[in-house]
Amino acid sequence: MIATSSKRVFLVCALVFLLLLGLSLVLPKWLIFLATIALANGLVSLGIVLMMRSGVVPFGQGLVFAAGGYTAALLFNRLGITDALALSLMGGIAAFLIALPFASLLARYRGIFFAMLTLALSMVLYGILMKTNALGGSDGFNVTRPTLFGFRPEAAQSTFLLWGVTAGISCLMAGLARIYCDSTRGLLSLAVRENELRVEYLGMSVVNIVAWNYLLAAFLGGLGGALSVLALGHIDPNFSYWTTSGEFVFVAILAGYQSVIAVFVGSLLLELVRSFSSAYFPNTWQLALGIFLLLVIRFLPDGLGSQMYRLLPKRPTKD
Amino acid sequence: MNLLITIIFDGLTYAAWLFIVALGLTLVFGVLKILNIAHGSFYAVGAYAGASLVSWLLSIQMSPALSVVALVAAAVAVSAILAPLTERGLLRMFYGRDEVLLVLVTYAMFLMLEDITKLLWGVNPYYVSDTYQAFGTLSIAGQSYVGYDVLLIGIAVGCGLLTWWILNRTRHGKVVTAVIHSAEIAASMGVNVSRIYTLAFMGGVFLAALGGALTAPMISVQPGLSVGVIIVSFAVVIIGGLGSIEGAAIGALIVGLSRAAAVHIWPPAELFSIYVVMAIILMIRPEGLFQRIQARKI
Amino acid sequence: MNTEKQVLLSAQNLNRNFGAVVAAADVSIDIAKGERLCLIGSNGAGKTTFVNMITGYLKPTSGRIVLADEDITALAPRQITRRGVARSFQIPQLCMHLSVLDNMLASLHCSRGERSFFRSGREPEAVEECHNLLGRFDLAKHASRPVMELPGGVRKLLDIAMALIGQPKLLMLDEPTSGVSAEEKFMTMDTVMNAIDRGAQSQPVTVVFVEHDMDIVERYASRVIAFYSGRVIADGSSSEVLADTEVQRYVTGSVRSTEKAAA
Repeated sequence: MIATSSKRVFLVCALVFLLLLGLSLVLPKWLIFLATIALANGLVSLGIVLMMRSGVVPFGQGLVFAAGGYTAALLFNRLGITDALALSLMGGIAAFLIALPFASLLARYRGIFFAMLTLALSMVLYGILMKTNALGGSDGFNVTRPTLFGFRPEAAQSTFLLWGVTAGISCLMAGLARIYCDSTRGLLSLAVRENELRVEYLGMSVVNIVAWNYLLAAFLGGLGGALSVLALGHIDPNFSYWTTSGEFVFVAILAGYQSVIAVFVGSLLLELVRSFSSAYFPNTWQLALGIFLLLVIRFLPDGLGSQMYRLLPKRPTKD
Repeated sequence: MNLLITIIFDGLTYAAWLFIVALGLTLVFGVLKILNIAHGSFYAVGAYAGASLVSWLLSIQMSPALSVVALVAAAVAVSAILAPLTERGLLRMFYGRDEVLLVLVTYAMFLMLEDITKLLWGVNPYYVSDTYQAFGTLSIAGQSYVGYDVLLIGIAVGCGLLTWWILNRTRHGKVVTAVIHSAEIAASMGVNVSRIYTLAFMGGVFLAALGGALTAPMISVQPGLSVGVIIVSFAVVIIGGLGSIEGAAIGALIVGLSRAAAVHIWPPAELFSIYVVMAIILMIRPEGLFQRIQARKI
Repeated sequence: MNTEKQVLLSAQNLNRNFGAVVAAADVSIDIAKGERLCLIGSNGAGKTTFVNMITGYLKPTSGRIVLADEDITALAPRQITRRGVARSFQIPQLCMHLSVLDNMLASLHCSRGERSFFRSGREPEAVEECHNLLGRFDLAKHASRPVMELPGGVRKLLDIAMALIGQPKLLMLDEPTSGVSAEEKFMTMDTVMNAIDRGAQSQPVTVVFVEHDMDIVERYASRVIAFYSGRVIADGSSSEVLADTEVQRYVTGSVRSTEKAAA
């Protein structure tokens, strides 16, 4: 039975989705493209936030991002599957499957070691991808325009199709993430973050909670990777490089772990800063990001999300 | 047989500069408990500083052999300027916070230094290969090896021994060791822990910059250097054990030799082999080969 | 004297050492259902080691622990908890940034093995049950406050309440009044014991508690076991044990402060 609060969440998601679709009719194309990338990346950061809620920070989400991306790209090119929704779903599932053997092992690590192990795994994939010519090696390869339910868009329409699919999936995932955060498991995740010894003594397996958060994050990462590939039209091993993983963490820290929307806002902010700086100040955008990150860590340790709750007083109780 | 010697020598050369860098990283972690992502950035700054200083000196007819001294001097300068600035001006504000948070602070530092380096030195590559050629070649069993590489290996060994000696045989070193084990207790015994932090951080930055400066003659110094160095040096210290000198040495050797072996025997393995070792070590012996801290919680 | 004494948990010949330190030497204790058993002994005598072994935090070097005909010696703490053994902690183990209510909800869900991906963690029925127990501990007024804002005595009670919400068969309280001021100790124990009694449904809750204050021991314990150097040196009613000469020498001191006005 879907609870009333869940119904409310999905209603909000549907409305936001319609709003985003509507916006695409008035906003310039470059902004829509940017926003598409931002949402796709935001999904990965959303996964990181889920993990942060149980007390671990992964530095290697590039692994699942690349897994999803390459899966979608390969299915597109080798098997001729071009439906955007299908590819995204496959990307998510592939990433989930790649993460599966590592989940309960990883869930036993904390702090730096958790971060380093996830990092190592992503770099192993990077190394393999770089040297595997069948997968395009260091250059990667391209994909062309995806379809949707059989509809093949013209070049001009492709941006809107991708935006629609990405926005739709993002809104759905945001809603599910909200429900998950409010769920029993979501509450237990917070408890694990605060005092996992106590959680064990209360009879619950901490490893199970952390492992599932990791797997959900993997699925989200794979979705993001697939959507990114479709939006960019290209994939290469950089999807799995540590600096890519670093950016996802950056957005997650920026957003904080209290608000789902803040993650996507943060991701959009990053893309906007990156775009503008690359165009006008190509040698300072990383400097700007670094300073920004420091300011957030110093003054907003709970991320932007904590501030957003101050602006929206009628929100339901924050987790 | 020749292949084996080549692999060993290549591996040792790679391990040499890697050890110098990793030593600095592990020192900073051991004393300040910070895993410094920006460590590779200090490497890059050292490379740039060394390259530009030596370029200038060579242009005024300094002997290429002496330019090695200039490289070391460049590293000293880099650490003398950057270390207090970043440690006192930045890191200090975040002491006591969560360890992962500190890593993120160093990640921010890395981002900033990437651009600062570009702003200071531009985006065009620097070459100082004259220095690399300055020491002739050595002939071993019919193969010739570059003298500079041998010098590099020697310097690496020297750094290791010197660091070990300072930490274990001098009074100051004993104080630093005390801080490594427990900053709190050392402080309560009257040790000026914050000064030790600064000194250790300076040492770490110096070693990173030295690694960069000494490598500069062997490569083209250009943007993006730091990125690869960061991840490889992380692999080394994880494999060897965070905070351990011997660990940094063994880790550097393992990484250097396996990379050399991969390059010569099975190139596809070159990039991922190191990280496979890193992952395996983390899975079966997370503290690294030379145990110092606890890794798993449950 | 009970004629019908059902044994709930049986510890048999437990031994545990840490290097040269003997923390438990041939400890055998049968805990009967419904007992109020108090463990006394000076620091390092082996009481907490015993509690830790029962709750699975430590494994004995030899010996077994049997709970309701099942050998639980090798089980993990959470498996032992699921079989009805709950514990509170000397230093309260709480989720500091969560509210009191959230702490209780988390405990409730853990005890029931509920970890749904979808069902809300704050369903009205669960919230009400938590409020009920909080009420019995006089903590209801703090329900929405984050734990880190609360004083030590309140945290102590919450810690115990969290162990109790799972309706355990055996409740181990590790120094339930430590850190509580002398005047408030009786009030705290009264609150705790009343909450336990009122909540007990078909069967009484067996309580084992570690204590240092002999007045508390006298008042609340139906049975007392004294430890010294890892061994059990006395076992009986509180008056028997507290009068025992060995106990007086090693645990309580030869002069007891019974002259304190008790409530």
